[in-house]
Amino acid sequence: MSRSYPPTYKKVINISMLTLTGLAALLVVSVLLFILGYLVWNGARSLNLNFFTKLPVPAGQEGGGMANAIVGSGKLLLLASAIGIPIGVLGGIYLAEFGKGPFSFAVRYTTDLLNGVPSIVIGIFVYSLIVLPQHHFSTFAGGVALGIMMIPIALRSTDEFLRAVPNTLREGGLALGASKAQTVLTIIIPAAMQGIVTGIMLNLARVAGETAPLLFTALGNQFWSPGWNGPSASLPVVIFNYAISPYEDWHRQAWAAGFVLLMGIFLTNIVARLLVSGRRSPARS
Amino acid sequence: MAATTTLFDMKKLQGARSARFGDPEPEDRVSLPPQFTVRDMSFFYGDFQALHDLNLTLPTKRVTGLIGPSGCGKSTFLRTLNRMYEVVPKARVTGSILLGETDVSEFSPTLLRRRVGMVFQKPSPFPKTIFDNIAYGLRVNNLSKKSELKDKVSECLQRAALWDEVKDKLHESAFSLSGGQQQRLCIARALAVDPDVLLLDEPCSALDPIATAKIEDLIFDLRRSCTIIIVTHNMLQAARISDYVGFFLQGKLIEFDAARKMFQNPSNGLTEDYITGRFG
Amino acid sequence: MASTATTPPPSLVVKDAREKLSLFERLKKGDEATFLVTFASALSIIVVTCLLVQHLWIDSVLSRHAFGWKFLHTSTWDPVADQYGALPFIYGTVVTSFLALLLAVPVGIGAAIFLAELAPRRLSNVLTFMIELLAAVPSVIYGLLGIFVLLPILRDYVVPPLQKTLGFLPIFKGAFYGVSYFSAACVLAIMIVPFIVSISREVLLAVPQAQREAMMALGATKWDVTWKSVVPYAQRGMIGSVFLALARALGETMAVTMVIGNVPAIHASLLSPGYTIAAVIANEFTEATGDLYISALIELALVLFAVTMIINAIARLLLLGMKSQETTH
Repeated sequence: MSRSYPPTYKKVINISMLTLTGLAALLVVSVLLFILGYLVWNGARSLNLNFFTKLPVPAGQEGGGMANAIVGSGKLLLLASAIGIPIGVLGGIYLAEFGKGPFSFAVRYTTDLLNGVPSIVIGIFVYSLIVLPQHHFSTFAGGVALGIMMIPIALRSTDEFLRAVPNTLREGGLALGASKAQTVLTIIIPAAMQGIVTGIMLNLARVAGETAPLLFTALGNQFWSPGWNGPSASLPVVIFNYAISPYEDWHRQAWAAGFVLLMGIFLTNIVARLLVSGRRSPARS
Repeated sequence: MAATTTLFDMKKLQGARSARFGDPEPEDRVSLPPQFTVRDMSFFYGDFQALHDLNLTLPTKRVTGLIGPSGCGKSTFLRTLNRMYEVVPKARVTGSILLGETDVSEFSPTLLRRRVGMVFQKPSPFPKTIFDNIAYGLRVNNLSKKSELKDKVSECLQRAALWDEVKDKLHESAFSLSGGQQQRLCIARALAVDPDVLLLDEPCSALDPIATAKIEDLIFDLRRSCTIIIVTHNMLQAARISDYVGFFLQGKLIEFDAARKMFQNPSNGLTEDYITGRFG
Repeated sequence: MASTATTPPPSLVVKDAREKLSLFERLKKGDEATFLVTFASALSIIVVTCLLVQHLWIDSVLSRHAFGWKFLHTSTWDPVADQYGALPFIYGTVVTSFLALLLAVPVGIGAAIFLAELAPRRLSNVLTFMIELLAAVPSVIYGLLGIFVLLPILRDYVVPPLQKTLGFLPIFKGAFYGVSYFSAACVLAIMIVPFIVSISREVLLAVPQAQREAMMALGATKWDVTWKSVVPYAQRGMIGSVFLALARALGETMAVTMVIGNVPAIHASLLSPGYTIAAVIANEFTEATGDLYISALIELALVLFAVTMIINAIARLLLLGMKSQETTH
């Protein structure tokens, strides 16, 4: 038997494929680093106090800011959470603890379906559902659109984390005379809480950057938008509008806003993933 | 030849039981009404019949051990006593199981399980503090006023011979305990709701011999205040702690008798074969 | 003998002899209420999705009745004359998405194989963490970077050499002003790579160890094991990940509309500006006047919905097929 098994050509292929695939991975990672670096460099230096405290001023003038967009995004996310999280989490509880049979299958299928709907189509839907009958754009409609986007993710992650809780805990609760509801609410959910909270954080981070659904629901606003019934500015929409505008100053502000948005999203993601990293076994899709 | 030698060893074992726990009491099945009366009970998973026409009575305030090879249905039988099988969708029971004088199906599951507690094979404390674990049963069933909780919890822990080991760390997580301690915690947790019956499903199989010995001591101490039915695949354990023994094989009850008689002079050939290790 | 048990000790007295809970107690136990509330939430998801389909269908009725199936293959998009045909957008969507796949799939699958099979575990975990962060970058930020960073790079460093070498091909002819199918495809490729990497990596990791061990016992190199044993086993799942990425690319709005040029025409050259379904809806919806105009845009949304639904369904079937393959082995 030859001493050099595997043969040399195979060793060469081994090394070259290792290098090629490694380069591919490196390429992808370097894109991330580049995006991060560029935004930090370009965006952070355009950041000033005005950005956080002032309203937009007409193009060409200095000193404007995006305070209304920041507040607007905050309100939209608040409403989206109020809609998306309860429905998603409660639906997830149903699927994990009560559901069996064709109805559960239908719910899971529909959730996946809803998850795959392009965000602009959701925007059209909410336009037709709320904006049209009300005859005006509103923060409320924007919040509903984002909320609908939050539901499938909240449901899937709650379902997953609840099912990861070992069955012995359920049996333990039932054997003590607790009802199914008591077992779920007082034992299972607290046991899965870390994962559920993480799922919500990741969910929020994703929805915070969504632009398309807001284009026809919350629209935009140069001024403050008190209450829920008027159109509202939001960070992503302002970034979009400023980026495609011809004004240097607005481009600068778009970078600053992009930096703020991305930092918020990244920080939430990092914290959320670190929270779960100890617990989860290698994830399966 | 070999059979006689092993039976002789069993007698030695009974002697060992006497040394540890004192002489077993004379058979007195008639003095108290039976805890459970099982008549013509069969159990099905879908189309598969797991238990066949069981007829037996389980004596009150005694330790009954259920033995048999793996898959013989003894754990399944245990779960029919407190209707835990109902979490499985295709499971059903025919025949009757009476707790005292009432069929178990006539109880609401909650009340039944308060009276018939269960401890499982793998120690599974809730991810809560030690105190909250014990207090759980009391809280969900509204059995204690808040002011009485502390006393009740300490009483349960003392009954479970765990108090001295945990009294300084009641508010630490239950997972800070060793496996054996966790199992005793689960027993204490089950005792908190004052059950008439305690069902133990192979409680020591995941534990080391020292922890096992502690739990056997605990069972021995509890047996006069609580009917105990314990499933075990460890025949010697059954010999050590049981007053009565039931031998299951392939879903049928082969023999049920006082432990002393079962291990020294079983009536059924199959029982003798299992006890002497001819199969299992 | 019998005298040993005269009066039973107090602990033997049967307590709580009743068999059923009162109605109030059952309510407090909460089984019914919890079931109802969670069931209602689950049901509402089905309701919302049905409403979505219903609204899309009904609001596009004008356009559907006016144009019928011709809508899908007419290329006139003229709001002034109220003539609407979806072909330019379907063309643009398909071209950009498939070109994006062409660019993203080799890189994505290569990176996934590296991270799952070839790289040391710690390095793999760190890199995967970073790549999954990339998936969290919002579309509008990709668009921002696309306009101000990618377009100049393409214009100055990529397209000139490309035209010098391959400029004879019709797909690379013509002047390049930055916004184009090609630019949009590049941005899309960057956006979908993290998904391909992430899902393919998980699928590869889920391949049972026994598969690898069988080949390693024969003395194969690591690459041989990966390429000849693990990848074929996981190929259904990896193709599924590609379909998922495709579905995402089809529906991408913001980044695309910022770099594609937004011109509703069909050109053979990838370097000319174009339009996609999502981009035209985003750009023209708020300015659309006239019921037929709006209805046509909503019909476009319906088309997009249907296409992404089908692609997602295929992807799911492939990924589920992977799971059942695991369990039957």
